[in-house]
Amino acid sequence: MRRLTVLRSPVGAASAVLLTVLLALAVFAPILWGDRAAAIDTDALQQGPSADHLLGTDQLGRDIFFRVLVATRLTIGLALLATMIGVVTGLVLGSVPSVLPRWAGRIVTSAVNIAVAFPGLLLALFFAVIFGTGTIGAVLAIAFAITPSFARLTQTLTASVSGRDFIAAARVCGVGRFRLLTRHVLPNIAEPLVINATLAAGSALTAFAGLSFLGIGVQAPSYDWGRLLGEGLNRIYISPAPALGPAVAVVLAGLAFNLFGEAAAAGHRQRSHRAATPQPKTVGSPADGGLLTVRNLHVTFPGGITPVRGVSFSVHNGEMIGVVGESGSGKSLTALAVSRLVEHPGSVTADTLEFNGKPLDSTPDRELGTRLAMVFQDPTTSFNPTKRIGRQLAEVSEVHQGFDRKAAAAKAVDRLDAVRIPEPERRAKQYPHEFSGGMRQRAMIAMGLMGEPQLVIADEPTTALDVTVQREVLKLLARIREVRSAAVLLISHDITVVAQTCDRVLVMYAGRIVEELPTDELFTAARHPYTTALLKAVPDLDTDRDAPLAVIPGRPPEPGEIGRGCPFAPRCPLADDQCRTEEPELRTLRQDHRVACWKSETELAGVR
Amino acid sequence: MSELVFTNVTVRFGHHTAVDDVSLTVPAGQVMGLVGESGSGKSTLAATAVGLRKPTSGHISADGKVQMVFQDPYSSLDPRMSIGNSIAEAMPRGTDKKAEVARLLDLVNLDPGRATALPARLSGGQRQRVALARALAGRPRVVIADEITSALDVSVQGAVLNLVRDLQRQLGLSMLFISHNLAVVRYVSDRIAVMKAGRIVEEGPAARVLEDPRHEYTRELLAAAPRRHTRLEAS
Repeated sequence: MRRLTVLRSPVGAASAVLLTVLLALAVFAPILWGDRAAAIDTDALQQGPSADHLLGTDQLGRDIFFRVLVATRLTIGLALLATMIGVVTGLVLGSVPSVLPRWAGRIVTSAVNIAVAFPGLLLALFFAVIFGTGTIGAVLAIAFAITPSFARLTQTLTASVSGRDFIAAARVCGVGRFRLLTRHVLPNIAEPLVINATLAAGSALTAFAGLSFLGIGVQAPSYDWGRLLGEGLNRIYISPAPALGPAVAVVLAGLAFNLFGEAAAAGHRQRSHRAATPQPKTVGSPADGGLLTVRNLHVTFPGGITPVRGVSFSVHNGEMIGVVGESGSGKSLTALAVSRLVEHPGSVTADTLEFNGKPLDSTPDRELGTRLAMVFQDPTTSFNPTKRIGRQLAEVSEVHQGFDRKAAAAKAVDRLDAVRIPEPERRAKQYPHEFSGGMRQRAMIAMGLMGEPQLVIADEPTTALDVTVQREVLKLLARIREVRSAAVLLISHDITVVAQTCDRVLVMYAGRIVEELPTDELFTAARHPYTTALLKAVPDLDTDRDAPLAVIPGRPPEPGEIGRGCPFAPRCPLADDQCRTEEPELRTLRQDHRVACWKSETELAGVR
Repeated sequence: MSELVFTNVTVRFGHHTAVDDVSLTVPAGQVMGLVGESGSGKSTLAATAVGLRKPTSGHISADGKVQMVFQDPYSSLDPRMSIGNSIAEAMPRGTDKKAEVARLLDLVNLDPGRATALPARLSGGQRQRVALARALAGRPRVVIADEITSALDVSVQGAVLNLVRDLQRQLGLSMLFISHNLAVVRYVSDRIAVMKAGRIVEEGPAARVLEDPRHEYTRELLAAAPRRHTRLEAS
């Protein structure tokens, strides 16, 4: 089914039809019209187009239209043969370095690198001279002209696959180099290779026509399109049709191969892109005015996938709120929606989405840029690697606050100092790669502080950091809250981290908030079966080592798998028929404590 | 029973010393937890034990096969190979592969009927079970687990940890269990070694290392580990 995706694009479908026609002609034309194409008619020498001879006749009176049709077999056959030889040679040259001893591999690699530097057509002409004029010489010339780029492509793809863990795993299992290549490496690079081979076939076809046209390809009495073109060209001013016929054939066939390859490549890119799209994640609670008010927030992607399904919560000034959830819970997407960072094709809807009492939609960028700060998981990708840290911070104030360069630079140093980066003046002049992970995350937070943030949204800010650094970054967020009375929305998969730092916790599951409660009640009064199970399943430094860890059966649903009923029901020990058919709303147990569960509090308390 | 012994192992990359004169013994049938921060050399040390990396000096000895389970189950299984074939590939010649695959899948609590499935059809937790089954297929006496739960969802991590503990006890494996998460290491390990900047700074029985840490750095790690009932005060 995957292979058919290429046919869904108009270009892919059209080129596929064209290719099918060409292949059918290659197979059947010589059988059907071979005789007519070879029939010599001395009464009709060098005629122009007529009803009898659509493209006219050649100097022996043979019908050029049928000759063009019949030549399809030789033209395409030779192009494919040349491509095949070229691709196979390239594949061998590109993959042997991984099997050969290191020194031998290096020699092969260097040879390929040198060969890649020569233009393909030049190589083809060079080889054509060496192998001599004629069909075999031309096939080899074009094949070896294709070889270097394929060898290089194979090397690059092989290198990218070789770094993956499954190759290391196979090596540890004692799988030999040759089997490693054939069973693990080649199958995983086959797709781009096939696509490039299709493109190469198109170029081989035109290159071959070129060689035949120049008279160093196919020799009489055989004929291909290039040769027919060469013969027709002599009379082009008298009668253009005999030259244009084969020319159109060359163009159409070349286009068919190239467009099909392009369409297949586009389909492939789309797929890999889709595969690389991060799992949507998210947050939620009820709303009653405050710094940030979110009511009934939905984030939807094409295909009816809704990773955030009706999340409501509010954040008040100076509050630190934790959002806990696993991948796919919708926590990160909620954060992105709140910062207006959900990218196309995702769409965000909400009954209310207000920041500072104003709809988020109509908040000017400048205001959002200074009042709301976002800290991401990976500080490495959040900075431009080619610019100094200080400059990147200063730009925020220049763009959003109209500072001049000098004042902005001074402020950047001041803010680096505020996040306790030692020697801020020297550090401001350094590039991101000169910062450690923890320092970079501080610099990221400092960037958020260039404005006067009222809300800092931190999405897994410590996940990529070591524990000792994690503690420092969390302390820094707590300090910003204290000193600047900014609110903090801390998103984390780690319930312990949230418990340590936040005032309130929102627990998300399958795109909804399933429980909201004050952090100091988390370990004593949590009621939702998911929350309580999570607390028991995660070991901490006080877990009983002799008892097995509590296990939550199954796994969290993907955003596309959520059906009717409570999404936790399949994993819940308390689930009954109602749970499986109706999804519970978030209801208030008592002030500050909300749960989305059908069970009564007594039933829920019994589980603990 | 089989020990895994590192003797004065040093690994250098150019001028950088990733592992610096490490001597460490994983006692037969026990779990040695190895903690340390990123860049401390834990994974490099593990790679030397299975031959993925040659030590610059020193040597490693184990009586019996050593196998390894990797961190990321999304990249440690060949996406184009069925899980049954991935497991069978690691088996010694002459094994009844079909029966053995079924036995191993059953051992890691997966339905043997799924042997023909591609990894893409499995969740992260299930893939990590397959990776465990593949490691066991080579009949190792020593297993190295390198951050095997850090790519998993928290609700799934517990099940994998339970499984690792059960299998280790049931099969009497010696195990080097690497993690940056102290709570996880504490849960599975008999002994704990702490690594910093390529060196083992402390090693001892798990309870002793955690309750009475002797090295400054161990104390620092313990203090930094998030705890449920301690509020983190603003600095």
